[in-house]
Amino acid sequence: MSLLLQALFGRLPIGWLQLTHNRTRFAAALAGVAFANVLVFVQLGIMNSMATATLKPYGFFQADIMISASDANSMTEGSNVARQWMYQAMADPDVVAGTGLFVATVTWQRTDKALGLTTYGIDPTQPIFLSPEMATRAATLQLPNSGILDRFTRGLPRDETAAIRPQSPLSFEANNITLTLYDTFAGGGGFGGDGFMMVSDQTFLQQFPARSSGAPDHILLQVAAGADPDVVAARLRDLVSDKSLRIRSYAQAAAEDLSYQQTKRPTGIIFGFGVVIGVLVGIVIVYQVLSTDVADHLSEYATFKAIGYGQGFFLSVVFEQALVLGMLGFVPGLAVASLLLWAMASATTLPLAMTAGMAVTVFIGTVVACSLSGAIATRRLVAADPADLF
Amino acid sequence: MTEDVPVKVNGLNHWFGKGEARKQALFDVNLKVAGGSLTVLVGPSGSGKTTLLTLAGCLRDVQHGSIRLLGQELNGAHSDLQRALRRRLGFIFQAHNLHGSLTALQNVLMGLQVHGRSDPVLQAKAARHILTLLGLGDRMDYLPDNLSGGQKQRVAVARALVGNPDIVFADEPTAALDRESGATVVQMLKRLGQVRGTTTVMVTHDNRILELADRIVTLEDGRIVNDTAP
Repeated sequence: MSLLLQALFGRLPIGWLQLTHNRTRFAAALAGVAFANVLVFVQLGIMNSMATATLKPYGFFQADIMISASDANSMTEGSNVARQWMYQAMADPDVVAGTGLFVATVTWQRTDKALGLTTYGIDPTQPIFLSPEMATRAATLQLPNSGILDRFTRGLPRDETAAIRPQSPLSFEANNITLTLYDTFAGGGGFGGDGFMMVSDQTFLQQFPARSSGAPDHILLQVAAGADPDVVAARLRDLVSDKSLRIRSYAQAAAEDLSYQQTKRPTGIIFGFGVVIGVLVGIVIVYQVLSTDVADHLSEYATFKAIGYGQGFFLSVVFEQALVLGMLGFVPGLAVASLLLWAMASATTLPLAMTAGMAVTVFIGTVVACSLSGAIATRRLVAADPADLF
Repeated sequence: MTEDVPVKVNGLNHWFGKGEARKQALFDVNLKVAGGSLTVLVGPSGSGKTTLLTLAGCLRDVQHGSIRLLGQELNGAHSDLQRALRRRLGFIFQAHNLHGSLTALQNVLMGLQVHGRSDPVLQAKAARHILTLLGLGDRMDYLPDNLSGGQKQRVAVARALVGNPDIVFADEPTAALDRESGATVVQMLKRLGQVRGTTTVMVTHDNRILELADRIVTLEDGRIVNDTAP
């Protein structure tokens, strides 16, 4: 390390030597940086998992345009949409297919606990609106009161979900109706429920008799090959009589849902704050370490000033220390955070995992935050007056 | 290049403090130090010796009067010029002020690296040479905490001299040294003056040094009261 820094800075690695001179303090400083890294990683991991969980249901379907009520900020929120607007939209020559999408939570009361399943009801005779994984299972949905279940549903033993097959279905009762699960798909726990379930629109309406087939939660449209969904959506906003509706491309709807979850929902804001707090804690820790180090070495710095070293030298020493703390503190932080995220994912089935993007982001952030702390700490160098040495 | 008069002080006054607490430390000091000479400043505590040393060594800003150091006026000098001049000086402090995290060799190297990047092998060779001359050949890799007071002071001397300075400013450089080590240091300074023309301005109370001085300047109450060549 010493040789590497010497080659990098073209001088003795004063910062490194200063830091490692007091090994106990150095270890404490690294632990502090690692702790801040863990804070940021965990919060980022939760934020990422929220994004993954938010976008997950959009992957169950294939659509180009989604029509939702004005208050539908996400897939699972908002009022219904009259089916008549789907027919009106289909008058556009570029709209080739449309279907209604129903969403509600079905509670599966088990002996030990109640599972909340975010349930989507869709017309199984139009498999073009389903993802390839779902489309292959669409036929089973045509059976009355049948469904396919998220095999990663939180709270369900894995061997129990693994046993669900068309030849060995599993039945349970919800809303006084027996639902039979014939197959499973890869979903994954989210923040809004324990898992997902896919049923036909008819089964859905059986489950929720108060709901009407003429008023789904969203309307999905597909456009002709080569047509731009954004252009068609803009045209539909003029065409459809109800101007309060949100008519967006499917991709835009997903992006706006994600933005809503991250910036408007309390959970998103709290996790975002967690990241900010982690960064601030890191900056404070590194600042404290560097500023104490500068204060402890003021007379030595004053000596260097007397010898003729300039501000650039002192800045480079403090930045060298910031870089060392940032880099060496990052490694244990990454390891501990990876372990924590894995443990949390196992316990919650949330899609929590360390990603390369997170690692790179936090590493760059750590180095920047450490440099920022170093820049603030160098203000103390002004107090190093060489005249005081005599 | 050695100046004939590397330090020229003219009408120098200096004050410390502000307002009613302001106190004058130097009064109309005039002094010319010849190149290659060993000039010793003596006088009681508070007489202004150290103030004069720090002003001439670019470590304080000149308030009133003139100091020409190596041909450059220090009154109103920009910090860049001050820094450039300091690189041509060598400082030996009473409290050695070694960097506690650096070995003896690394401390000495700091006196060389201030001049910029150069061959690290040659730098190390020069640093080892001067440490050996000062009797520290077997202590090069020791941290200051593991050196005696005298050894630390000799490392500080080596750091000051390794860059071949034009002028050496020293404040009680032999205070922590035994008789033999003190003599080695002063003779080295004297020899540098004779061979390289290095000028030395030194504050000391050590009578052993006075015998070797080319000139003894006595200050009292901020004024030069005596200026003799022994």
